[in-house]
Amino acid sequence: MSVLVLADHDNGQLAGATLNTVTAASQIGGDIHILVAGDSSGDVANAAAAVAGVAKVLVASDESLGHGIAENVAPLIQEMASGYSHLLAPATTTGKNIMPRVAALLDVMQISDIVQVVDANTFQRPIYAGNALATVTTDEAIKIVTVRSTAFEAAAADGGSASIEDATAGSDAGLSSYVKSELSSSERPELTSAPIVISGGRGMQDGSNFAMLEKVADKLGAAVGASRAAVDAGFVPNDYQVGQTGKVVAPDLYVAVGISGAIQHLAGMKDSKVIVAINKDDEAPIFQVADFGLVADLFEAVPEFEKELS
Amino acid sequence: MKVLVPIKRVIDYNVKVRVKADNSGVELANVKMAMNPFDEIAVEQALRLKESGGADEVVVVSIGPSQNQETIRTGLAMGADRGIHIEASHDIEPLAVAKLLKEVVTRENPGLVFVGKQAIDDDCNQTGQMLAALLGWAQGTFVSGIEISGDKATVIREVDGGLEHLAISMPAVVTVDLRLNEPRYASLPNIMKAKKKPLDSISVEELGVDVSPRLTVIKVEEPEARSAGIKVADVSELVNKLKNEAKVI
Ligand SMILES: Cc1cc2nc3c(=O)[nH]c(=O)nc-3n(C[C@H](O)[C@H](O)[C@H](O)COP(=O)(O)OP(=O)(O)OC[C@H]3O[C@@H](n4cnc5c(N)ncnc54)[C@H](O)[C@@H]3O)c2cc1C
Repeated sequence: MSVLVLADHDNGQLAGATLNTVTAASQIGGDIHILVAGDSSGDVANAAAAVAGVAKVLVASDESLGHGIAENVAPLIQEMASGYSHLLAPATTTGKNIMPRVAALLDVMQISDIVQVVDANTFQRPIYAGNALATVTTDEAIKIVTVRSTAFEAAAADGGSASIEDATAGSDAGLSSYVKSELSSSERPELTSAPIVISGGRGMQDGSNFAMLEKVADKLGAAVGASRAAVDAGFVPNDYQVGQTGKVVAPDLYVAVGISGAIQHLAGMKDSKVIVAINKDDEAPIFQVADFGLVADLFEAVPEFEKELS
Repeated sequence: MKVLVPIKRVIDYNVKVRVKADNSGVELANVKMAMNPFDEIAVEQALRLKESGGADEVVVVSIGPSQNQETIRTGLAMGADRGIHIEASHDIEPLAVAKLLKEVVTRENPGLVFVGKQAIDDDCNQTGQMLAALLGWAQGTFVSGIEISGDKATVIREVDGGLEHLAISMPAVVTVDLRLNEPRYASLPNIMKAKKKPLDSISVEELGVDVSPRLTVIKVEEPEARSAGIKVADVSELVNKLKNEAKVI
């Protein structure tokens, strides 16, 4: 048995979710290889080789692989697949984009977004926005799996000494080309791996009011998130969205401010260790999952919270 | 150009889903069903394209039991021109769905397939990508903006770091995200009109696709419930609890 993990990266840095995926791979068993498909991504390959438990890093480098375009990356993985019992990727937007394309090319049914490895063929995954957990098993010769990063500890980023080898370089399928990105930049920790997350909802009323949450975040070393309603209203960019169809987070502390607690939002944060809700409506469903609920006007409570932290 | 929109019938997103007592799945009997919300967005986008002169026919297709015809009628009432119903059991896997859709694409020859990025029942997020792979077409996934010019489309994708713009060649499969548009409601006259629109039924056998499941569901369980904690009186009690009791700050 051996497992190939598709690295998520931006050619400069290995995305943290890759480390959680390596842990899932180690629970499956067998040799773990990491594929770095990219363009001049030597730093990523070095970082991948240092990850504890990884035996080999395969580097496919080509201009056509520089932006994770599924039409170019998928055939490359298809070609390499026969040597592996499992192909894993983090359930990030990159993994979700590429892996089903690989699965169809290999005529394999993918298992999406697993939260537990039961055995090498059997996995648990949430369905219905996390309102149910399904245990599914497969006897496909190659198992294709995407991994929910919050459900697995991160493998140690150092201590490993994997060999680095070149893989087939791949080529441009000529179907899609990268135009540009509009990426949010922030000094704060990344949302899905931050130890503390403070999120705002429709109750924030305006994007500029998120400054209140940012001040708290900076004192706590937290990331800032949001509900879909807050993103739809244009208060904050799409990458802030926590929920069934946004990002899944499971920090030590999640603070929901002006968020009602719809099931689609809970799907993205209910595995947090401690949940705090600040809402002026004492009937809001968010209080049913909150460890500590404060019924208050957020415009008074949040500045006071920030002051108390000093 | 023709636009094909696959639509799925799922439990309505407002319904609190219950797991069956025998852990074989979730309770579907007497539960309100509706079109997958992402698929409504896909239908809306196809209709907008037609209304702006970019498409001349919108065809909706649904795979599942006979009740899926209601979902197709909803799509027709929104404004789609024609429906195709592929009769199958309701728990058909994304790979098989993609294979069936490929056969429909071969027959219908659309220039674009708009499909929801995920279904809110199985939350798989696979079908569009798989269909694109089987057809050898370009894919634009998690799309919140699209502009078409000639045989190219520029799509804006919602990715973990923000937004990404891609140029994709057509024909293509585009999987749509929440912020692409706000779907319209079907008006009463349009609901009446939809009853007369053509709806063809095809069987899985006619399409010659093996849809036998690849995965076995061993059990479906409720996740561990989170119990409500306490209400604190004010901010200082909150900070005190977080510092001294939960020890998270
Ligand atoms: C297919 C689909 C997918 C979805 N995916 C997601 C998802 O991924 N993530 C997500 O979040 N949602 C998602 N949703 C939307 C979800 O159903 C809810 O509509 C959304 O989460 C509501 O956001 P909210 O809580 O910010 O807004 P609301 O429900 O409007 O709640 C606002 C809250 O703010 C409180 N409030 C207002 N003013 C104040 C004040 N001054 N002080 C204190 N409290 C105040 C109110 O009491 C209220 O509880 C999805 C929906 C669908 C159909």
